Amino acid sequence: MLIGGVLVITRRNPVHSALALIATLLAQASLYLMLYAPFVAGVQIILYAGGIMVLFLFVIMLISVQQSLKERQFNSQWVAGIIAATALGGLFISVYLKGKDLVPEQAAAVGEADNTQRVATMLYGQYMFAFEIASLLLLVAIIGAVVMAKKKI
Amino acid sequence: MHAILQYIESYLGSNQTPGAAGNMFWVFVYILLVFLGLSVAVIAMNWLERKILAHMQVRLGPMRVGPHGLLQPIADALKLLLKEDLVPAEADHVIFWTAPFMVVLAAFTVFVVVPFGPTHAITDMNIGILFMLGVSSLSVLGIVMAGWASNSHYPLMGALRSSAQMVSYEVAMGLAVTSAILMTSLNAAGTGTLSMIGIVQAQLVQGEWFIFKFFPLGLIAFFIFAVAMVAETNRAPFDLPEAESELTAGFHTEYSGFRWSLFFLAEYSAMIAVSSIAVTLWLGGWLRPFPNLLGGATWDLAFSLVPGISFLFLAALCFFNAARMPKHPYFRLQTLGLAAFGTVLAVIGLVLFIPGVRVRVQDIFWFAGKVTGFMYLYIWYRGTFPRYRFDQLMRMGWKVLLPMGLGVLMLTAGVALYQQNLWHR
Repeated sequence: MLIGGVLVITRRNPVHSALALIATLLAQASLYLMLYAPFVAGVQIILYAGGIMVLFLFVIMLISVQQSLKERQFNSQWVAGIIAATALGGLFISVYLKGKDLVPEQAAAVGEADNTQRVATMLYGQYMFAFEIASLLLLVAIIGAVVMAKKKI
Repeated sequence: MHAILQYIESYLGSNQTPGAAGNMFWVFVYILLVFLGLSVAVIAMNWLERKILAHMQVRLGPMRVGPHGLLQPIADALKLLLKEDLVPAEADHVIFWTAPFMVVLAAFTVFVVVPFGPTHAITDMNIGILFMLGVSSLSVLGIVMAGWASNSHYPLMGALRSSAQMVSYEVAMGLAVTSAILMTSLNAAGTGTLSMIGIVQAQLVQGEWFIFKFFPLGLIAFFIFAVAMVAETNRAPFDLPEAESELTAGFHTEYSGFRWSLFFLAEYSAMIAVSSIAVTLWLGGWLRPFPNLLGGATWDLAFSLVPGISFLFLAALCFFNAARMPKHPYFRLQTLGLAAFGTVLAVIGLVLFIPGVRVRVQDIFWFAGKVTGFMYLYIWYRGTFPRYRFDQLMRMGWKVLLPMGLGVLMLTAGVALYQQNLWHR
């Protein structure tokens, strides 16, 4: 996953970056598997790697790649970048060292066989409102995209 | 040495798939068997397609290479291996090389969860059907990459059309699959399962193939899946992306030799994979016809003789055609070849009568037989239907199949709830 992430940001060719992102997402799905959540892993592969990345690739293919290969890559603010990365890394390390109660090691092993049922019960029971709001948001996004793309309504 | 033998034998008594039992040796053996079986199936499919299309068009098809063209696929494979391997000018080498690899990877990895029998799968994941749909959607990426990396406008257009078509029909497929999964939850516990083996066992317990359940809802869901799976694999009548008269073979135009054969291999494997999904979800997987209605020892025996009898029938066809060959010295070798092939089929048929073999192979035979029926339907569609224009194709995917899928899902849920309420009175 780390290699994929590094490749995404360092490749000149945007199609290579998209492929590295696909590799990163597949690695993320396997991380979900290791956390005993097979349903989330499966849905990650179907939707993210197999749906959203296809749309990314459509858009990337329709822009001119030759131009972007010749453009100068600007990284003149590397000092600020290093400071921000160090601060974020320090934050992660301090959370891991001091907040051991937040990440229990044993709790995830239960319920691997019925991960789908548990996700469904929670999603359609307890978090039903959030689910409906998210679907409404997607509907608004679709209608907005159609309105912006049509020549005449 | 003794420990290795014991490890190998420890699986033989279990009633689980080797992946679930954790036995790596048998996992590798099963993977090898599935891979070999798939290769043989693709070769046979190539020959069958050319012969059956030819007979539908009142001509004979390949007859020269072996007896009745039986060695034609091998000749094709040799030709493809010996062709010059071109990479177009200014094409992106990395992506050009990776694209057929991705498509073949997606098409073959799917077979890890395909259930050939109650313990005859490489493994049985809890999310079996989800895994199959997800991995087969990765082949869209390979096609997009292939079209783009060829650096030529025909493949690019073909790839964009093909991936748009595949993504559209995946939605309709998903809805049809959901309504079949819903039917697995009609048991006392009220929970269904996404595992492929669990779906077939639900059909066994409920005593009804899901295609006939809640008639006509199961049938409509099966019909939606059957249409969407033909569109998903870019086969006729939805094969505009690779139509020769419109797009000079679409996204695999610039691929030659072995790389092209990888695409072709992946296309046939994907056809077999989605047919396996359809057979598992609606047609009862490995179950023989009427497992509950015509149950009992004598019916079991009668049905278990069917694999052997069918192979003997094929052998009889071979011998009959060998006798009908012209009596010219030119045809002597071909007649001998056909008779030898018939003998091999007869030996396989006789081996399938041995009780030990019969019991184990029975499930695989029924599953393979049903998938073969679907392959014949694919070839039949190709010989019968005219091609859909691309806008008609997209219109059908979004405006016809998607509303039908939603309607079937809602009606199936309604009828299932009504039935459950009757149970828990």
